[in-house]
Amino acid sequence: MAGKTLYDKIWDAHRVRQDPDGTTLLYIDRHLVHEVTSPQAFEGLRVAGRAPWRIDANLAVPDHNVPTQDRAQGIADPISRLQVETLDGNCVDFGITEFAMNDVRQGIVHVIGPEQGATLPGMTVVCGDSHTSTHGALGALAFGIGTSEVEHVLATQCLIQKKAKNMRVRVDGTLPPRVSGKDVILAVIGEIGTAGGTGHTIEFAGSVIRDLSLEARMTVCNMTIEAGARAGLVAVDDKTIDYVRGRPYAPQGDLWEQAVTAWRKLRSDPDAIFDREIVLDAATIRPQVSWGTSPEMVAAVDGVVPDPAQEADPVKRSGIEQALAYMDLRPHTAITDIRPNKIFIGSCTNSRIEDLRAAADVVRGQRIAESIDLAMVVPGSGLVKQQAEHEGLDRVFTDAGFEWREPGCSMCLAMNADRLEPGERCASTSNRNFEGRQGQGGRTHLVSPAMAAAAAVAGHFVDITAL
Amino acid sequence: MEILTQIRALVAPLDRANVDTDAIIPKQFLKSIKRTGFGPNLFDAWRYLDHGEPGMDCSTRRLDPDFVLNASRYQGAQILLARDNFGCGSSREHAPWALLDAGFRVIIAPSFADIFYNNCFKNGILPITLPAHVVDELFSETTATEGYTLDVDLEARTITKPDDSRISFDIDEFRRHCLLNGLDDIALTLQHVDEIRAYETRRRAEAPWLFPESAS
Repeated sequence: MAGKTLYDKIWDAHRVRQDPDGTTLLYIDRHLVHEVTSPQAFEGLRVAGRAPWRIDANLAVPDHNVPTQDRAQGIADPISRLQVETLDGNCVDFGITEFAMNDVRQGIVHVIGPEQGATLPGMTVVCGDSHTSTHGALGALAFGIGTSEVEHVLATQCLIQKKAKNMRVRVDGTLPPRVSGKDVILAVIGEIGTAGGTGHTIEFAGSVIRDLSLEARMTVCNMTIEAGARAGLVAVDDKTIDYVRGRPYAPQGDLWEQAVTAWRKLRSDPDAIFDREIVLDAATIRPQVSWGTSPEMVAAVDGVVPDPAQEADPVKRSGIEQALAYMDLRPHTAITDIRPNKIFIGSCTNSRIEDLRAAADVVRGQRIAESIDLAMVVPGSGLVKQQAEHEGLDRVFTDAGFEWREPGCSMCLAMNADRLEPGERCASTSNRNFEGRQGQGGRTHLVSPAMAAAAAVAGHFVDITAL
Repeated sequence: MEILTQIRALVAPLDRANVDTDAIIPKQFLKSIKRTGFGPNLFDAWRYLDHGEPGMDCSTRRLDPDFVLNASRYQGAQILLARDNFGCGSSREHAPWALLDAGFRVIIAPSFADIFYNNCFKNGILPITLPAHVVDELFSETTATEGYTLDVDLEARTITKPDDSRISFDIDEFRRHCLLNGLDDIALTLQHVDEIRAYETRRRAEAPWLFPESAS
């Protein structure tokens, strides 16, 4: 009998019951909650007179609506304010731990889970947010759910699921200098497409993934959903265990030893069979820049904007035409000739301390270009912000002309006051370049933190591997 | 959840691949703490010429005449014909809430994004996956024939065209059962309380660090 994949192992360990047709009741160890997708779920509990099944499995934080400046003034937009206050009230009513807006531990839900040790290897982790896939970097099975499922987890600590297929993405070789986890995942999405992983859980493997830091693995797993897969996974290794050790919610003492013994088994067996396997050669991965309105529309920084006339498939061709019209780009334009006027460094994809260090390394001692109207850095959490300030990174950014903001989702999806105006063009370290994602009519180019920083300085995209 | 068994309705075509949930319901409308009222803002950025914000009276906003779903011939449609990877992106259940609120009960596409697909069933919407060439045909017929309707029968798992020809579709049996009977998932799961408790007891012994309150 073939061995088990990492996904098989975590799935099997969480199966409460299974019907003959494969419908499974899956136990959930950690439920992360934010203000946008939870109010209707809490309301549902109230209406049905149900209580949360296991209060200590939940951890809540407001992140989408929170302002990134003048926080002492509170939230100006009354509708955003109500949503955050509703979360605060629900957490009090139901006894759920919340890192409220002015708590130093507040931040983007997918940054604080691992940061607090609230996400542990081998756990099942869910949240009403598609980027829950981030937590798979720790060897946890983590995926986004809708609000009905948020209510279901609150009420039962379980979800009704069917198992996905196993897919492995191997990235072998060595990445060129300054090519990051962000470039790896954008290259993967460019290769397999935004539906390439639909119906699968993707395990990332290969020497490149092993060499990546835990934070870079989080970036890779974060954007698994942009490849169509709800969950991404990386096997546990020493780096995982070193990362988790000593975090506030991580086990201690004997429990820690016991946990580590179990976590060391969280890897696919050598003879495990994957339904699908993709192999990428790291040496061919260049810094990536998205040119269109879907994350699969990416090019290497030394490439050009594609020509729809060269696309044979009519649906794809019209997709490229629509994207180029929206992005106001012409075929064959060199990527390095694209000139953003705004720079956003942040989001659950790229707002951790290593991301800020990588960006700071590029801007240190430089100034942002005259043509840049706004360059902002939004740390992923209050603790990331504190650490960055301890290292003097805030000064590196502000001396260069960047704004240094308070933690939250910010301009990744522009639910708060941070947004693009129609026609503005942004180099963004976030995860989605959909039409209107960063503000109606706004144009998004997805890049790594170092690439965004370099674009801020030059006023156009530059090949950072040639700097 | 509203039961869905059989529906005969007008079809509206949205000929675009990778329609994401940001397009289905833009982020500014996610600030609502309710489940209803999203219909007027379905596809807001494509549907209206001005920028939409919560609280606006949509009946006085100018519609974009070039957006297909604004055409008078598609008003009242309850079946949406779509392209590959429909509903990709954010997990927001506000997307199916908006579609439902605007009257759509069935969506037909060659493929759906997983989270959106799942969210549809929780809200009485039936997403039907059909081979790309069949969807191509439906697009041609819908655009060629004003008033084009389809008869979708979930019980029989068939779609009947105006010429009485039939297309069968596959659907997960459990999901079909829930939709046909309008079942509440939570109530179903709570029938297994004893099994959940037994799992927790077993798991607590195996992996006590996952149950810190009882372990300490």
